[in-house]
Amino acid sequence: MKKKHDLIFWLFLTPVLLAFLFVIVIPFAIGIFYSFTNWSASARMNNELQMVGLKNFVESFKDPTFSYSFQITIIYTVLNVAAINTIALLLALAVTSKLKFRNIYRVGFFIPNLIGGLILGYIWQFLFNNALPDLGETVPFLSGLADPDNLILSKIHTALGALVTVSTWQYAGYIMMIYIAAIEGIPQELQEAAKIDGANFLERFRAVTVPMIAQAFTVTLFLTLVNSFKQFDVNVSLTSGGPSTIFGGIPIFGTELLALNIYNTAFIANNLAEAQARAVVFFLVLVIISIIQVRINKKKEVEL
Amino acid sequence: MKKSGNTKNLIIFEIIIAFIFLIYLYPFLLILINSAKDSFAVTQSPLKAPENWSRIFVNIAKIWKDQNINYPSSFKSSVIITSISLISLNVFSSQAAWVLVRTKSKLSSAIFLMFVAAMVIPFQIVMVPLLSWFRNIDSVLGIKLLRTYGGIIFAYLGFGMSLTIFMFHGFIKAIPVSLEEAATIDGCSKPQIFYLIITPLLSPIHATVLILNGIWIWNDYLLPLMILGKGNKIQTFPLAVANFAGAYVKQWDLIMTAILMAIIPIIIFFLILQRYIIKGMTAGSIK
Repeated sequence: MKKKHDLIFWLFLTPVLLAFLFVIVIPFAIGIFYSFTNWSASARMNNELQMVGLKNFVESFKDPTFSYSFQITIIYTVLNVAAINTIALLLALAVTSKLKFRNIYRVGFFIPNLIGGLILGYIWQFLFNNALPDLGETVPFLSGLADPDNLILSKIHTALGALVTVSTWQYAGYIMMIYIAAIEGIPQELQEAAKIDGANFLERFRAVTVPMIAQAFTVTLFLTLVNSFKQFDVNVSLTSGGPSTIFGGIPIFGTELLALNIYNTAFIANNLAEAQARAVVFFLVLVIISIIQVRINKKKEVEL
Repeated sequence: MKKSGNTKNLIIFEIIIAFIFLIYLYPFLLILINSAKDSFAVTQSPLKAPENWSRIFVNIAKIWKDQNINYPSSFKSSVIITSISLISLNVFSSQAAWVLVRTKSKLSSAIFLMFVAAMVIPFQIVMVPLLSWFRNIDSVLGIKLLRTYGGIIFAYLGFGMSLTIFMFHGFIKAIPVSLEEAATIDGCSKPQIFYLIITPLLSPIHATVLILNGIWIWNDYLLPLMILGKGNKIQTFPLAVANFAGAYVKQWDLIMTAILMAIIPIIIFFLILQRYIIKGMTAGSIK
C-alpha cells in the first residue's frame, strides 16, 4: 500500500500553495485585522497600532459617499446583468442561426472583450464627449446631442447608462460565447421535433432552448453579477466617478462605484484602515451574492 | 412557395445583423480615423475621415518616442509579464489539479475546497495589505517583490491559480484512471505519467485557460498599478495608456493613436489565432 501524500503530491502542490499563502491568505488575514485598527493614523504619527473595534465600520456607514456608492453599485449591477445577458443571448441566437457570415459576426462581437476596461473607457469618453455632439451638429433631428447641457457624461443618469453601455459592449461578446456553446449543445432532434409539432420561433425558444441551456445561465449570471459588482477599470477612465452631486448634505461623486470608492478612500483620502473596513463589507456582500445566486440557479435547473 | 419566403426572411435578417455588426465595431473605426488627424481636426470633426492619412505616421512616431508611454519598453514588459505568468499558471495549476484529483484524502479535498472558496475574495480586500506585506518581505528577507517582474508574476500566479486549478480539476476528473494504472504497471513514475500521458490530453483545457487568463493579464490595470506603481521602468500597456492620458489631457489625436497602438498587438494576435481561440473558449466553458 503506497502512502497517499507522497513526495510528488507535495512537490506538485508547493508552487501554488506558496503563491496562495503569500498573495492571498496572508494579505487577506492582515486586511481583516487592519480593518479593526487605526492603521493609517498610526503609520503617519509613528504610533503603535491600536485596536479600535468596529469604529471603521461605523464611520464607513456614516459616510454618505459609501452608502451612496453602495446604492449606485446595486443599480449599476442590476442594469448591467440585465443588459449584458439580454444582448449576449440575442447575439448568440443570431450567430447560431443559418446566417451566411455567422462566423465573422462571432469574431467581431468578441473583439471588444480583448481590450481592457481602462482603454475602453477612454475610447468611449471620446465617443460621448466629442463624437456624439458632433453627430448632433451634422444630423438635424439629433441636434439635442450637440447641446453642451446634454452631454451624456455630465448627468448622473446618463453617465450611469454610459457605464452600462460600455461594460455591455465589452462583456456581451464573451457571455455570447458561453451561450453559443450551450445552444450548439442542444440535440438537433429536439428543435426539429418542436418544429414538426408546429411550434414557432418564440415557442421553441421558451420550451426548448431556455430549459436546455439552463446550466449556462448559472455560469453567465454568476460571472456578470460578480464582475459588475467589482467594476473598476471602466469607472476610472470613463467617468472617474463624476459628475458630482449632493447626497446626505455633502457634495459627492455621482458615479463612484464601490471598488472606486474603496480605492479613493485608501489612496486619495489616505484612510487605509477605513478603506479596509469597506473592503471587508464589499467581500461579505460578494459572498452572500454568490451563495444566494448559485442556490437559486441550482434549484431552477432541477425544476426546468 | 414557403421556401422562398424563408430565404427572403433570412436575407433581411442577414442585413439587420450585418448592420448591427458594423455599428458594434464602429468605435474601432473612430479610433483609426482620429489617429490620422491633428489636434484641431480631432475636436472639430471627430466623425469625418481624415484629410490626409499620412498624418497617422506622424502621430505614431510621436507615440513611439513619447517618454510617458515608452512604447517599445511597455510592449516588452507586457509580453514578459503576460507570457511568464501564463506559463507558470498553466504548469503549476495543472500539476496541482492533477494530484488533487488523483489523491483521495480529506487533506486533498480540503486544499481544493480552500482554493475554490478563495475565488470569491475580491482584489480590493488584499490590495493595500499586499503592498505593506511585500514591503515587509523586502525589508526582512531582502526579496524585492514590488516594482519587479518577479513580484507581479508571483502575484498573478496567486490571483489566477484558484480559477485555473478549478478548471483543470473539472477536466481531469473526466479522464479515466485506468490509463494511469496501465502506465504504472509499465513502470512509469508519477511525474512521467503526468508529463507524458496526462499533459497531452489536457491541451483543450490548456488552450481555454491560456485565452481567459491571457485576456485578463494583458489588460489588467489595478494590480500592475499597485505592484509596479506609476512612473516605473517596468510598465504594462494599460498603465502606459493611463499615464499618457493623464499627461496629455484632452489631446485626443495622440490619445487615440496611443490606444490604437496599444490594442493592435492583441487584435492581430487574436485574428491570427481566432479559429483556435473561439474553439477553445467554447470547448472549456461548459463542464
